[in-house]
Amino acid sequence: MSIDPLNNLRQLEAESIHIIREVAAEFKNPVMLYSIGKDSSVMLHLTMKAFYPSKPPFPLLHVDTTWKFKEMIKFRDDTVKRLGLNLIVHSNQEGIEKNINPFDHGSSGYTHMMKTEALKEALDKYGFDAAFGGARRDEEKSRAKERVFSFRNSSHGWDPKNQRPELWNTYNARIAQGESIRAFPLSNWTELDIWQYILNENIPIVPLYFAAPRPVVEREGMLIMVDDERMPILPGETVEERQVRFRTLGCYPLTAALESDADTLPAIVREMLIARTSEREGRLIDHDDSGSMEKKKREGYF
Amino acid sequence: MDLKTQLTSDKSVTDYILSQENKDQLRFLTCGSVDDGKSTLIGRLLFDTKLIFEDQLAALEKDSVKHGTVGEDIDLALLVDGLEAEREQGITIDVAYRFFATDKRKFVVADTPGHEQYTRNMATGASTADLAVLLVDARAGLMPQTRRHAYIASLLGIRHVVLAVNKIDLVEFSQKRFNEISEAFNEFAADFGFTTQIAIPMSARYGDNVTIKSESMPWYGGKTLLDHLETVEVAGTDLEGPFRFPVQWVNRPNLDFRGFSGTVAGGSVSVGDPIVVPTSGQTSTVKRIITPHGDADAAGAGEAITLQLNDEIDISRGDLLSGDNDRPDVADQMAAHLIWMSEEALMPGRRYLLKIGGATVSASITDIKYQVDINSFEHLAAKKLDLNEIAVCNFSLAKPLSFDPYKDNRHTGSFILIDRLSNATVAAGMIAFPLRRATNIHWQALEVDKNARAEAKQQKPAVLWFTGLSGSGKSTVATLLEKKLHDLGNHTYVLDGDNVRHGLNRDLGFSDEDRVENIRRVSEVSKLMTDAGLITLVSFISPFRSERRMARDAMGDGEFVEIFVDTPIDDCRKRDPKGLYAKADRGEIKNFTGIDSPYEAPEEAEIHLKTVGRSAEELVEEIFAYLASNGYIRG
Repeated sequence: MSIDPLNNLRQLEAESIHIIREVAAEFKNPVMLYSIGKDSSVMLHLTMKAFYPSKPPFPLLHVDTTWKFKEMIKFRDDTVKRLGLNLIVHSNQEGIEKNINPFDHGSSGYTHMMKTEALKEALDKYGFDAAFGGARRDEEKSRAKERVFSFRNSSHGWDPKNQRPELWNTYNARIAQGESIRAFPLSNWTELDIWQYILNENIPIVPLYFAAPRPVVEREGMLIMVDDERMPILPGETVEERQVRFRTLGCYPLTAALESDADTLPAIVREMLIARTSEREGRLIDHDDSGSMEKKKREGYF
Repeated sequence: MDLKTQLTSDKSVTDYILSQENKDQLRFLTCGSVDDGKSTLIGRLLFDTKLIFEDQLAALEKDSVKHGTVGEDIDLALLVDGLEAEREQGITIDVAYRFFATDKRKFVVADTPGHEQYTRNMATGASTADLAVLLVDARAGLMPQTRRHAYIASLLGIRHVVLAVNKIDLVEFSQKRFNEISEAFNEFAADFGFTTQIAIPMSARYGDNVTIKSESMPWYGGKTLLDHLETVEVAGTDLEGPFRFPVQWVNRPNLDFRGFSGTVAGGSVSVGDPIVVPTSGQTSTVKRIITPHGDADAAGAGEAITLQLNDEIDISRGDLLSGDNDRPDVADQMAAHLIWMSEEALMPGRRYLLKIGGATVSASITDIKYQVDINSFEHLAAKKLDLNEIAVCNFSLAKPLSFDPYKDNRHTGSFILIDRLSNATVAAGMIAFPLRRATNIHWQALEVDKNARAEAKQQKPAVLWFTGLSGSGKSTVATLLEKKLHDLGNHTYVLDGDNVRHGLNRDLGFSDEDRVENIRRVSEVSKLMTDAGLITLVSFISPFRSERRMARDAMGDGEFVEIFVDTPIDDCRKRDPKGLYAKADRGEIKNFTGIDSPYEAPEEAEIHLKTVGRSAEELVEEIFAYLASNGYIRG
């Protein structure tokens, strides 16, 4: 029987499944970070394939900043129910009590408290020794150098200058008590690969990726969606209904919408193929400084 | 055609995506000396294939002003030099992965550094690459590094190389200069057995012959770099080789289903095929193959699948399955090329963890056969191996494993070594061949065994390993304990560090590698004594955790009792029975533990003897009580 070599997507798929299985086999208590976005959807889809006919042998974790789009939360709950998975939702209680929010505390202070600190808190609370993330190397410069098994010390810090060499598909999973790894099964996927795969496999994604009339305000040149009544409307701003969609999803006050008529998957892919800006441009937290992602990662950010 | 005008409807987009469906992937790495322009070349490929977006370009213009090294132009190298520290230093210090695609292929580029001390990063990049682009500066020509990079590429199994003769603009696009370099390259590359090797003259900074044919070099009739990368045939022989399947995970959702998940590492398998576990010889046949796209009749190399077999045989993570014919080697000794990747040198005799596929076993290097000088390729004798050094070594494994020579299979022939204490990845290994000695020398099964001897003595044999600073009281306590045990009719022997050095170990000095060998011999002697049924008292400073661990690993469960004789260094110094501290303080003794060599206190000693304010008799009683309550002796 003749068998053809794997094409690009099939090769990426197999590589990701290998990584996911390796983490499940080597670690005592892994968890999958589920951020609800398109990359998480692909990672979860691959995970279901990796263990079929078993269910994934680890839970999902969503770090809820309490400022996610309502549609994301609904999609999350529907997905977990549809697939019959175990989901842990964690929020930084101290942050909630102090009412830490993106408007009064700035994007970096808020992100540190409600994302980075909340994540570390959750990992410590449940004693997870490995956490999957959906990050890709093509997203950002410091990601391009990160290992598939990315070692973190006991305070969750990343040391970019002291990474373990990673050869072939043989991953070193040895850690001491309290240390952990972040595992990135989508390391070698590009944004286009992700969309092609979603299209080929018919993977459900949050409707916010598709263009629809949504209430937005224009702020500092960006369109911010008014997702609930907590969004302060500044003097001179007006809430208008515009045909918009999102290229990436996060906390609604920090995620810029783009005007678009792309309301089908092919239309989204078309937009992406002829786009002149990179996908993270819509994320306000990446705008602080060109080394900002590396700084955040050293502190324990995914 | 421009995508914007081509993709006008949903159907045209879907058609476009489908036309990309069978696009394959090429993984390559770039290597060269510092300043040959690797990062600029990758930046150029990304730029010319339009993978740089407007916001990135704006950030790049900002960064070029801050860090750039090319004056007014945009510094393309800044696109790929990721981390802050290296941008400040103006050099690449780690492996970075970059992605771009054309209509024909998707490319994954490993950008690896040219500094001599970063051989390990290049090996890392090469381990997953099918092709290497070696850069040289047209002004400088082939450098020692070029040879080294070609050697490492071939060692890691890369079969296709491109010599990028860069900065050709700085030698007036000279055909003569290019011919000199490419001829020299063809000559030395012949030694490495590459399947394809070509040289291309180019200027990464200005784009000549990278993606667009240069107008300044009408004399060059060959392909541009991108043309070559898009068309070079690298499809491996993975699919043609014998079937190999390292089991990653046993899939057992319920009592009715037992499957074995893993990635096919070589060849292919079909439903009905015979399957063998080479280490045990058990056999079965394939019942069902589950792929990510449902059940299939067959699956091949690279596919992540789950196999169900027709018989219940013993298979677990770490086993390597094969077909009936063309089985892998099974051995507990082998010879392999090793690239040492750690600041801490390799020591023959020390135990490391060896990970191959899903199996992790304890292993040691029994012999460094020779070190390879990576500039002259001469074979050198070596007692240890430092960072970035390469050698051929003999290995001894704690149990027999299945594997192939690396030249036959990059997956089942490769392994990493992990340090047992720091958990760092310290080496990459490529298996050359199994050693048959292991199968020829069978352990003599003797009729009177360890248990029989111990029973006659009415005791449980063990090694009592006394560790602590010089002058802490190890020998005093050990001698007194032996006397007490002997009086009660137990069979004992004391191995004292100093005494052993007068006889068995008199050929050893105090260098780190000799210390390791010293401990290894003492562990082996203790093991024989234990086999003889004796309670052996070893009194050794043994300052390093890894060496004590090695001694412990040589013994069976419960046969090793570590006793930490804990005396503060100030008290040891006061006692100083042999006047050694005084000498060390005067600099007459080098590498003296506690003075200019560290003592790593035990973390998991069975007995922690705190000596301050207690008599030797009290300390002996504490050990005695432990031995009695744990059944080593009759209480």
